[in-house]
Amino acid sequence: MKIIIVGCGKVGYTLAQQLDEEGHDITIVDTNGAKIEKAISTLDVQGVEGNGTTFNALDEAGIKMADLLIAVTAQDEVNLLCCLMAKKTGNCNTIARVRNPEYVNEMDYLREGLGLSMVINPELTCARGIANLIEVPSALDFTTFGKGRANLIKLSLPEDFAMDNMTVIEFSKKVHGKTLICAIERDREVIIPDGNTVLKAKDKMYVVLPPSELHSLLSKIGIKAKPIKNVMVIGGSRIAYYLAKKLEESRIRVKIIERDFKHCEKMSELLPHTLIINGDATDRQVLLEEGIDEVDAFVSLTNMDEENLVLSLFANKVSKAKIVTKVDKVAFEEVIGELPVGTIACPKNITSKSIIQYVRGLQNSFGSNIETLYRIIDDQVEVIEFKVNQDSKVVGVPLMDLNLKKNLLVGAIFRKGKIITPSGKDRIESGDRVLIITTLKGLANLSDILV
Amino acid sequence: MNTRMIVYMLGWILNTVAAMMLVPFMVSIYYHEDSGKYFLACALAMFTIGVLLIAKKPEDRAIYAREGYVITALSWLLLSVCGCLPFYLSKEIPGFTNSIFECISGFTTTGASILSSVEDLSHCMNFWRCFIQLIGGMGVLVFMLALIPLTGGQDLHLMRAESPGPSVGKLAPKVQKTAYYLYAIYFSLTALEIVCLVIAGMPLYDAVCTAFTTTSTGGFGVRNTSIGGYSPAIQYVVSVFLFFAGINYNFFFFLIIRRLKDAFSIQEVKMYVLIFVTSTLVITCNLKGSGLALEESFRYAFHQVGSIITTAGFSTADFDIWPALSKTILVLLMFIGGCAGSTSGGIKVSRILIYLKTFKKEMSQLCHPRNVKIIKVDDKPLAHNVLRSANVFLTAYLLVFVVSLLLVSVDGYDFTTNFTAVASAVGNIGPGLAEVGPTKNFDLFSDFSKYVLMFDMLAGRLEIFPLLVLMNPATWRKQ
Repeated sequence: MKIIIVGCGKVGYTLAQQLDEEGHDITIVDTNGAKIEKAISTLDVQGVEGNGTTFNALDEAGIKMADLLIAVTAQDEVNLLCCLMAKKTGNCNTIARVRNPEYVNEMDYLREGLGLSMVINPELTCARGIANLIEVPSALDFTTFGKGRANLIKLSLPEDFAMDNMTVIEFSKKVHGKTLICAIERDREVIIPDGNTVLKAKDKMYVVLPPSELHSLLSKIGIKAKPIKNVMVIGGSRIAYYLAKKLEESRIRVKIIERDFKHCEKMSELLPHTLIINGDATDRQVLLEEGIDEVDAFVSLTNMDEENLVLSLFANKVSKAKIVTKVDKVAFEEVIGELPVGTIACPKNITSKSIIQYVRGLQNSFGSNIETLYRIIDDQVEVIEFKVNQDSKVVGVPLMDLNLKKNLLVGAIFRKGKIITPSGKDRIESGDRVLIITTLKGLANLSDILV
Repeated sequence: MNTRMIVYMLGWILNTVAAMMLVPFMVSIYYHEDSGKYFLACALAMFTIGVLLIAKKPEDRAIYAREGYVITALSWLLLSVCGCLPFYLSKEIPGFTNSIFECISGFTTTGASILSSVEDLSHCMNFWRCFIQLIGGMGVLVFMLALIPLTGGQDLHLMRAESPGPSVGKLAPKVQKTAYYLYAIYFSLTALEIVCLVIAGMPLYDAVCTAFTTTSTGGFGVRNTSIGGYSPAIQYVVSVFLFFAGINYNFFFFLIIRRLKDAFSIQEVKMYVLIFVTSTLVITCNLKGSGLALEESFRYAFHQVGSIITTAGFSTADFDIWPALSKTILVLLMFIGGCAGSTSGGIKVSRILIYLKTFKKEMSQLCHPRNVKIIKVDDKPLAHNVLRSANVFLTAYLLVFVVSLLLVSVDGYDFTTNFTAVASAVGNIGPGLAEVGPTKNFDLFSDFSKYVLMFDMLAGRLEIFPLLVLMNPATWRKQ
């Protein structure tokens, strides 16, 4: 596909890199020549220096032939205008990144009114992710598939795990229900399990299960879950705003500590039920005064990765809170992963993740379609929700008769509002949605799961 | 200080009063009453002076906040003096002090009277008492603004000084249009009430006068028994319209332009309804417990709560003999008053709302000294200056109240009489308790006390500050 990316910041660059790897023709438009130069020299892409809202620049980038325009400059309005121009001149699909909270309630209107294919708000998505974690505190990672009918949850097996050294089959018999283990992370190694894989204490495992079975699973594994009632958030960023808004709805008490007074006033205006504290969170007096030792969850969302890490380490030291740490630069993931700083949230990745998912979906107008794509364990594993069409090769054949690729698992089948945990005898039927978990990259069609 | 402009505005006030006096004059012709001639004479005299004052339009028509306050305060003083002349000249109300007391009580929509029998007055005089309440309710200056563009675009200073409430919201982009809408809603309510009252069986003259004093929340009656002498149906009609009169006019405006969601989400109105309903229920139970029938208890409670919270001051029963709980609730309602942006007096529900929210904020601030919290009303952040002036208003209100209480107590009446007389004057209610209860009147006070109460009424109607600005020497100093 021919794709134009307007704005070559961090996200624009990452996008160009990933879409390039997937084999698309990329043209980058940016007003900053140096950035274009850097992209051209490191990636196999084309560059146009100029303002993406002008007809000239877009024409030069080949808007008339393009299939997709992605606008990810720093300003929402520029992004929207770019898409509007592109729609008028090239009639291609358009994706805009829009981050200003004021536009949040108008997302649908923007999309329809301006004819956008997709509006991305990475901070909002990130905040929703964190809110999910807080609402299910024992989960290290949490996402939903099949319109909320199945949860994908990352759990850490306790040290005194009662089913230590059990195989996956034995585990399933013990647990009953519709729980399916779909990935295991052990010593930074990823295992896509089959029935004979052995579980060990302190493993981190991903399971797919219906939301209603979560509590019984947790008690059987031996994880004690206490509901989170109050949350301390450091830094009044956009993520903090969305997070507090979401948690306010669940009647969880939120306390935000923010350094800038003017910003505090603005937050207080937007979040009437949240306690806004004006103070420097790196001052331990402030943290102790506001009861860091008593909170159920601690979320550090300042703009400085280092500050977030240190604060989370401190929170880990003085409290038993569930901790979420925002880290923008993922360069030192090996080191950070070993620190006791709880779950790592990375908003920057979210934008590229959701755009890549959209691009893949766009690519496959025939056969099966990707509905949702989710990457776990440092992007080593992809969890993909496919929509099954009639003419797909996998339809109607029992799973055990399908010649599936290695390191690939059918995690769940959603049929007529119900979730099926697949066994060898189950078949995929047309109209289903299928959840595939795999370490293989670039699956675009459901038939790609066959050898 | 733009003195020319102030004089010019006062000239217009004189003309307006002159025009207004023609209405009772026509009433006197209808009833063949002799005293109508005083209205005609006063009107002619005022018109002559007024025309002279506005003969030359000032070149510099700019007015600022200071002029706005001074014009408002002086206008109301002028109104009081001019309006009382027919009473005084016709000698239907004995003495100048009593005449001006009755007139100020009318214009400020207080409804406190020094007359022991209003039925002795001629039809045109009684009509004038009620008519000045109608005009005073929404404000004379607002009335003038609706008709004529007077200043060079700074009309809002006048409106701000005259309209009750912590902040003045414009209903339309132009002040003139806003004033027009306010009066349109106001007159429609009044007309509707007249129709309802006539249907309920009230004579037309009584209906017109009663409607004038209901929607203006004035409370003058044309019968000695106030509303008590009419049928229960009429009492219910008056009570319902009292309830409406206490509501913020923004509510009606939103209803008319069909922004229903906005209308029903006004926090002040919600709180007003809450206070209204709770007080009515508690008093109903209280009265029922003291031996009245259920329907009667409810009717009295509904009417009296409506009458006091909107600061009208009608009565259907002698609430001075009610149980202590009921009386206490009524006295508290005197201080609360109706919504801002209505015709009622008192501290106003919106300010009470602000005080409660500030209180909550301060309590939280004690536990979390670094807490930052913006006080919001109707989902909009409250500007700091509105908050500050609301707080200062309470201080000023209490100051005026306390000083007046002290001065009035020189006359030597009991504490309840003095306390409720002053509360009722500052709050523009009308009757109080004990010696100034609903069956009594204010004639017992000395002339000095009457002037103090007159000041209180004006101060309460104009929300204290215009009068204080007028008396502040710094206002008059050359800058």
